[in-house]
Amino acid sequence: MIEVKDLTKRFAERTAVDHVSFVVNKGEILGFLGPNGAGKTTTMRILTGFLPATSGTAQVAGFDVFNDSLEVRKRIGYLPENPPLYLDMSVTAYLEFVARIKNVPAEKRQARVSDALEKTNLADKRHELIKRLSRGYKQRVGLAQALVHDPEVIILDEPTVGLDPKQIIEVRHLIKGLAGSHTIILSTHILPEVSMTCDRVVIINRGRIAAIDTPANLTTQLKGGQNVRIEVQADQNAVCAAIRELPGVRKVSGEPAGGNGRVAITVEASPGQDVRSQIASKVVGKGWPLYELRGVNLSLEEIFLELTTEDSEHAEASPN
Amino acid sequence: MRGMYAVYRKEMGHYFVSPVAYIIVAVFLIITAYFFTEILTGYMQASFQASMEEAQFGGGQAFDVPSLVMRSFFGVLSTILLFITPMLTMSVYAEERRRGTMELLMTSPITDLEIVLGKFFASLTLLVIMLLPTGIGFIYMLRHSEPAAPWRVLGSEYLGILLLGGALLALGSFFSSVTESQLIAAMLSFGAILMLWVLNFGSGATSSAWASGLEYLAAFRHYDDFTRGVIDTSNVIFYLSFIFLGIFLTVRSVDSMRWRRA
Repeated sequence: MIEVKDLTKRFAERTAVDHVSFVVNKGEILGFLGPNGAGKTTTMRILTGFLPATSGTAQVAGFDVFNDSLEVRKRIGYLPENPPLYLDMSVTAYLEFVARIKNVPAEKRQARVSDALEKTNLADKRHELIKRLSRGYKQRVGLAQALVHDPEVIILDEPTVGLDPKQIIEVRHLIKGLAGSHTIILSTHILPEVSMTCDRVVIINRGRIAAIDTPANLTTQLKGGQNVRIEVQADQNAVCAAIRELPGVRKVSGEPAGGNGRVAITVEASPGQDVRSQIASKVVGKGWPLYELRGVNLSLEEIFLELTTEDSEHAEASPN
Repeated sequence: MRGMYAVYRKEMGHYFVSPVAYIIVAVFLIITAYFFTEILTGYMQASFQASMEEAQFGGGQAFDVPSLVMRSFFGVLSTILLFITPMLTMSVYAEERRRGTMELLMTSPITDLEIVLGKFFASLTLLVIMLLPTGIGFIYMLRHSEPAAPWRVLGSEYLGILLLGGALLALGSFFSSVTESQLIAAMLSFGAILMLWVLNFGSGATSSAWASGLEYLAAFRHYDDFTRGVIDTSNVIFYLSFIFLGIFLTVRSVDSMRWRRA
């Protein structure tokens, strides 16, 4: 549905997007994950035809975003970072206007507008002026605007910014519900959002793609071995030494945990090894009181930091 | 052109949902009504005096009060437009750029030309709505004037003010499209219009090619013929090409927003 090849965008003094390539399949939700200023917004703006690329190509539904811009724009619903609202319009009037400029035929307009209002839970605010709405409602009007013409592709730039936790959950449900019939790209810098809503994740940093995969794969791929965290009441050095003897243990580190002479030990196992039962029997065998033992999965957050710091070290090492 | 109509409707809604249009139209009508009354009573007194003198001393000059009133009034009207049009156009693009709604328009399946034309025709419609009530006084005056009054002159004057106004609106729209600040847009278009107005006075002094070129550019000079009831094709073409140039530059400027650093 969306095909991006070697996309590059240079502004006067910096390269915002640097040879980015990816494919989004029909009905898929793709997450753009990256720190602020990583190039997420610029990539989205190129896809929507708002900005031209410096080099490289991007196709949406088989149309080139630059050469067939109008065809692409017909098929895209776009929520920019700041929802593009006319504050002195009512919600309905605004959505009707958007439906008009998005080429929704007159006989379908009413139905499309009420459909968008319903999907975004705005039906009871439909006659309100947009300027009187709270931040969360304004964001929802922005979302409704991106849906009103029932586009094949929906591009959402940080759709949950400014919403309260309950609204965030609603919006995530809404986005998940749209997948299948729509192809969706959304950007965020909130990690759980990606693992909860997206089928695949593009991690982007300094304009370059650091990784593309499913959230689950990214976690296992980078995890290597499993980490185990234990909390025991004993001498730290003695515990570390005892565990280090176990087969399959790669690295052990410890730190005092609270009072009572307890220590927290983090054990890194070699890939494919489950060392939990061995640790448990060792600790119990020594007669040390065991308070906690759990496997720790590398969170997306850590993966993200690992990938992006690696990338920046690489960037600093290279001559430019 | 469905997109153009959608933009046009949105702009008209914007003018009349907010108090902006009402205030501009009201201030405009108060000022024009004042001038109309002043000019009318002034010429009526002069005409009355003239007929008194004629009765006393014989001879004297015949006064064509309606034509004189119309000429003076439309002269004043062009000067008022000089101040009003920058206010009509200052927000059309600047505000959309500042609010980010330009991004919505530019990622919708409508062309830049449709956006620009929709906005231009909306501001032109507002100008017509402003001008219409000024006709009431003239209709009353012309119906009661003796001898029968020249309606054709009134038509030519309204055509002239519409063309002049359209040119100033096209110019103002362009300046609004180059900045995010309404104040800067208003100052730029006010300054440019003022220059075009000043050219009217300054260019008569010398007769070089420069001077005649400048004289041609004086946007208000081409308007004088209309106030005399003369519709000269060259003047109509001058204003139409002025409007086309303004629209063309605005389309280019809107397009260039894509290429500038966002």
